[in-house]
Formats: sequence, structure tokens, C-alpha cells
Amino acid sequence: MIKVSNLIKRFKDFTAVDDISFEVKSGEILAFLGPNGAGKTTTIKILTTVLKATSGEVLINGFDPEKEKYDARKSFGIVFQDASVDEELTAYENMLLHSILYRLPKKIRAEKIRQLLEFVELWDRKKELVKNFSGGMKRRLEIAKGLLHHPKILFLDEPTQGLDPQTRNHIWEYIRKMNKEEKMTVFFTTHYIEEAEKSADRVVIIDHGKILAIGTPDELKIKTGKNNLEDAFIELTGRQIREELADGVDRMRQRRSQIRR
Amino acid sequence: MEIIYILWWRQIKRYFRSKARIIGSLGQPLLFMLAFGFGFGPIYAKAGEGNYIEFLVPGIIAMSILFTATFFGLEIIWDRQFGFLKEMLVAPVSRIQIMIGRCLGGATVAVLQGLIVLGLSYIIGFRIHDFLAAIASLVFMFLIAFLFTLFGTAIASSLKDVQGFQLIVNFLVMPIFFLSGAFFPLSDLPKAIMTVVKFNPLSYGVDALRGTLGNLNHFSLMTDFSVLTFVIVILLLAASFLFSKIEV
Repeated sequence: MIKVSNLIKRFKDFTAVDDISFEVKSGEILAFLGPNGAGKTTTIKILTTVLKATSGEVLINGFDPEKEKYDARKSFGIVFQDASVDEELTAYENMLLHSILYRLPKKIRAEKIRQLLEFVELWDRKKELVKNFSGGMKRRLEIAKGLLHHPKILFLDEPTQGLDPQTRNHIWEYIRKMNKEEKMTVFFTTHYIEEAEKSADRVVIIDHGKILAIGTPDELKIKTGKNNLEDAFIELTGRQIREELADGVDRMRQRRSQIRR
Repeated sequence: MEIIYILWWRQIKRYFRSKARIIGSLGQPLLFMLAFGFGFGPIYAKAGEGNYIEFLVPGIIAMSILFTATFFGLEIIWDRQFGFLKEMLVAPVSRIQIMIGRCLGGATVAVLQGLIVLGLSYIIGFRIHDFLAAIASLVFMFLIAFLFTLFGTAIASSLKDVQGFQLIVNFLVMPIFFLSGAFFPLSDLPKAIMTVVKFNPLSYGVDALRGTLGNLNHFSLMTDFSVLTFVIVILLLAASFLFSKIEV
């Protein structure tokens, strides 16, 4: 369903993704794990057509995200790591806009929006402007939006960051259900390693742009001789704490949130 | 079609929700009308040119459309920074549709601003000459608005930060505004200035508004219409190209 071979992405003198290759089978749940700045989000951006690779080959549902953008985009849905909702619109309006952009048939739109807003417990606040929402509420809306249409491949970039365990479990149950019932392929990144241990069929561990290990959670535990995936992860990637390079946009957002306070 | 509509609808919603912005953006045109209208009016009349207010108001309307429309490009940069741009860019829809929907929304908002300024001009004594012609002025307001939203969008598509956009736009918009004949008549200009004016699309917009709201054409309405449409087609191509190249 996803095929990546020898993918490289360089930004000026910095190599974010350094010659990685992997495959995701149809109907599989794959966790893409790595410390901050490992190259996870860059990889997702390339897979989802919004960033051009420096070199290498990528196929999404058989389509090249660079040359066949449109077909590739039709194949996937995505929940982004950071905000992608319009804060000047209400929760409902955001869902409606998304459902139209993703060509949900008119008949099922209203029903589907209600179902998902109820699922993330935002139905009561559907008429509120998103800018008045708390961080967790925005995150939930973000996920509801990503689950609105049922794509062949679902990308989730740290979908549950900042959510409480109850909500995280709740959301993962839903994702696993969609994966089972509709054979949806799921590609996700997370810093909650236990989410990967629980839900992923296979795990890819990446650091400094290079893949360190690929395998089922059990295989990785055996390989490193640890009894949980988190320890295996730390064993593979080391204990050093990472800095992520902020680009102009990130710095701007940070400044804005400071002003807001 | 629905895609274009929903993105147009989004811009309109956003406009009506920011009351402060609507009111704030009327300050400048109002000030210009009062200061210039009453300041230069007597001199203009003494020079034998007639009623300055009648001459000035279409220029001020064009000005507020120019500013609202060009600065609409900022919305793309804000959307990039607030993250909403990603949402649109990965959607399985052609980016040209997205861009056109947004720009039509931006243009509609700019026309609304123009109409409010027209309403305000009644305070300083402006009156529409011919009601039917005034309806035609709506077409021209829209052409000016659409032209400059595309212009702002083209610039914003290749920039990442707000400050850069403001710098570039101020650098371009002020000359476009001052060299469009919004304040002064186009007859008897020095040749060099007249050449610049002739290459400035806003000159034709101002002229068309003067022709339809009052009765003071320099070029013909047909010329105005053709030039504006021609520039729109070129900018449409440029903006589509640049917008389709955006990466996040």
C-alpha cells in the first residue's frame, strides 16, 4: 500500500531523511517511531504530497505523490501533528468544510459529522468558534476531522499528543475498528510507545534520518533483549535528548502563543 | 463547483465575524475623503475643474478595494501559520479550484468594503448620477477586486512570513495607488508619468468607476473593461502556478 525506496530529503546542509526504505502492507497498522527531529514528520510530508523529496521513490496506493498528486491525495487521509483547523469557524463549520473538500456524498455528510462530533464529545459545542476551544478540544476536533472520510490509508502524526489516557484509548479503539472493518492501512507516529506496542502490527524505528530497526513489537523486544517496547526503543536510539530545528513558521507560532498569554 | 462555493463561503463568514476589522479598515478611506475632499475641493473648483468630491470619491472607493484585495494575500500566510493551509493543500481537489474559491471570496469582501465607502461618501455630499450606470460600477468594482486579490495571492504564495509580505506589498501598492489618477485628473500629465499611469491596471479601474458612478471618463469603458480582464487572465495564470507550487 505504501512503498518507500531510498528516500532522501535534504534541507540545504541538513539531511532530514537519509536513504530510508520500507513497505506498509494493505490493512496493516504501522508505527513510525523516533525521537524528536528523527525525520518522522518530514517523511509524512513527503508521503502526503506536500513536500518534494530530494531523491528516492515513493508509491502511495500505487501512485507517485510527486507526479500523481491528485490520485495519491484521493487515497489517504491525515491527522496532522499541529493545528489544521480554521479557528475563526465553528467546530461544525470546520467539519462541513472538510467533508466537502474530501467529497463526502451530500446524503451522509450531516449524519457522519454528528457521529464523529459525538464520538469526540464535541457535539454540544458544535456552534462554538474553535478559537475558544482548549488545546485538548482542538486536538479532538482535529482527529474527528481526519476520521470523517474513510480513506485507504490513514496517516496520523502524533494524533494523541496532549490527550488524557481515556481519550487516547477511546480514539485508538475507533482507529483499530476502522482498520479491521474497512481494511484501512494506518501509518502513525507517536511518542507514547505503549500505543505502538498495543496497536501496531509492525514498528519502524528511525533516528537521525536513518532506519534503525523494523519488525513486530515482539521481534524488537527479542532483538534488544528488553521486555517492553519503550525500553527497546531507548536501547536502539540512545538516551541523549534531542532538539528539533524550528523553521520560520514554527517560530512565528511560538511567538504568537507567547503574545496570547 | 461546490469546492469553490465552500471556500468563498469561508471567506465571507470570516469577514462578517471580524467586525473590528470591518470598522477599522473604513477609517483610512473616511479620513482621505474628509481631508482631501474638503482640503482640495476649493482649489480644484478654482482651477475650473468642477466638483472635486465627485472626482475624488470613485478614486477612494478604488483605493479601499485595492488595499482590501491586495492584503487578502495575507490570509494565505495566516492560514499557513495557523495550519489551515495544510488542510486545503492535501485535499483531493485541484489547487486551482481552491485558489479561485478563496480569491472570489476575497474579491467579494473587497467589493463590500467598496460599497460601504460608497455609502459613507454620501456624508460628504457625493451623489450617484445614474442608477443604471451605478449597477455597472459593481461589475468594475468586482474586476478591480478580483484582479488585486489574485495579485496579493500570487505574492503571498511564494512568501512565508507576514513581515515580508507587508514590505513588498507596501512597496508595490503605494505607487499603484498614487499613480492611478485616483487623486488627480489624467489630462495634462507629464509624458513620463502618463506612461506609468497607462501601464497601471488600477488607472482603468478608477476611470471606469468615475465613468459609471459619475460621468468623468478619460479612457472609454470598453478599454477599461478589456484591460482589466486581460490583466486578470494573466494574473490568474501566474497565481495558479505559484499557488500550485506551495509546500508546507
